[in-house]
Amino acid sequence: MLDFSFLDLDEYDLFGAFWMTVQLTVASAIGSLIWGTVLAAMRVSPVPVMRAFGTLYINIVRNIPLTIVIVACAQVLAFRLEITLGAGPDIDDRNFRLAVLGLVAYTSTFVCEALRSGINTVPVGQAEAARALGLNFTQVLRLVVLPQAYRSVVAPLANVLIALTKNTTVAMAIGVAEAAFLMNEMIENEARPLEIGVLFAAGFILLTLPSGLLLGRLARKLAVKR
Amino acid sequence: MRLRKASVLAAPLLALALTATACGGGGGDEGDGDGITIGIKFDQPGIGLRDANSEFSGFDVDVATYIAGELGYEPGQITWEEAPSADRENMLRRGDVDMIVASYSITPERAEQVAFAGPYFLAHQDLLISSDAETPTEESIGDLTLCSVGGSTSAQRMEDEYGANLQNFQTYSECLDGIVGGSLDALTTDDAILAGYAAQDEYAGELTLAGLNLSDEYYGVGLPLDSDRVDAVNEAITRMVDDGSWDRFVEENFGSSGYEPEPAPAIGSAPTTE
Repeated sequence: MLDFSFLDLDEYDLFGAFWMTVQLTVASAIGSLIWGTVLAAMRVSPVPVMRAFGTLYINIVRNIPLTIVIVACAQVLAFRLEITLGAGPDIDDRNFRLAVLGLVAYTSTFVCEALRSGINTVPVGQAEAARALGLNFTQVLRLVVLPQAYRSVVAPLANVLIALTKNTTVAMAIGVAEAAFLMNEMIENEARPLEIGVLFAAGFILLTLPSGLLLGRLARKLAVKR
Repeated sequence: MRLRKASVLAAPLLALALTATACGGGGGDEGDGDGITIGIKFDQPGIGLRDANSEFSGFDVDVATYIAGELGYEPGQITWEEAPSADRENMLRRGDVDMIVASYSITPERAEQVAFAGPYFLAHQDLLISSDAETPTEESIGDLTLCSVGGSTSAQRMEDEYGANLQNFQTYSECLDGIVGGSLDALTTDDAILAGYAAQDEYAGELTLAGLNLSDEYYGVGLPLDSDRVDAVNEAITRMVDDGSWDRFVEENFGSSGYEPEPAPAIGSAPTTE
């Protein structure tokens, strides 16, 4: 029933497209981990303005469809405001950076909320003891609370990573040549949506399944037994 | 899976029953009773467009209505379905639509998947530029920043053959702001589609066609691979051209944009083998 004879790897750079997906995922994962941690720190900070900003940011960005976030990066940032993130005249490079920006802005909200639930699992006595030792807020967070929080949220963060991997397909909306972009191109040329769909679904499972399994094991190993 | 098997069994039975009733009805035209479902574009002004009141307009809509009329269906019996480019083959294979008239270029790969009647129209790939801009030549395309729909044949040709700097979006409309604003030089796809955008009220006088013939796109009527209607549709298209309806449809849909398409192509003139 399925006939893959149309598949010509010289004509279609399948591995290049999935490599772009991996690059998008890795760059956005690192970015969202950093920005998500900053947001989580804001949300638990003693400064009301920071708490308010964190809450506002998360509740707005989390509820905007990712397609709109990413298309807005191109239409508003690049076209209207001419912000190119230092990419120069190369459109592909610019779009990649804009897509990573959009993915980070969006995914970091989920990282932040996962991390905040992790912070809640750290017994309040830990922070109180740290404060009694004379550590300030940043030190309490950096040395005592966050290390324990991270260890308990590896599994939820793995879910965020898997979602992020699949969300990178939205970057197609502004023309980043990742897997879903090639998929559309192949369907247009070969008129075989079923086979091509199966092919790309398998590609994504190959990407997400090992990372899910690996992080699942890591989560069990790292979890703080209480 | 059980449901699947049941429907597989049911389909030929249903088909048999339908044929039987058709015969019992005293023969005559196929088109009696139930109506016909036609796939068109919903978002291409001048070609196939659904407006805010769910009214359909465009060249493809007029052509499809004429062909359906020749097959024995009143305009009221037509159900319009949106046929996005990537879904067209599947919609025909699944039987969601009886035919597709949606700026559907006849290509050898597609001709393996679906049956084509026609062509009924010959379009060329072209550039839509700002009216203030200098008209580009084929040689200068490589220096332009172009915009198109990701994965489309036109977008791929620009990258592969002209090495143009290409911004891809999901729809053509997303490109227009960039062109009017100056951050993009041109939108590229078939001239018939571009003409529709140039004629839109909100961009009146701001956009113009460059007039480059970069490719030949033969628009055909897509039918299921095993369809027995190809000849009937071909006859309908021939009649449409002969009785002047074709010229009228062109005038009504493209007249205001200043776009003058090629004369109607001969039936079977599109290349269906490589």
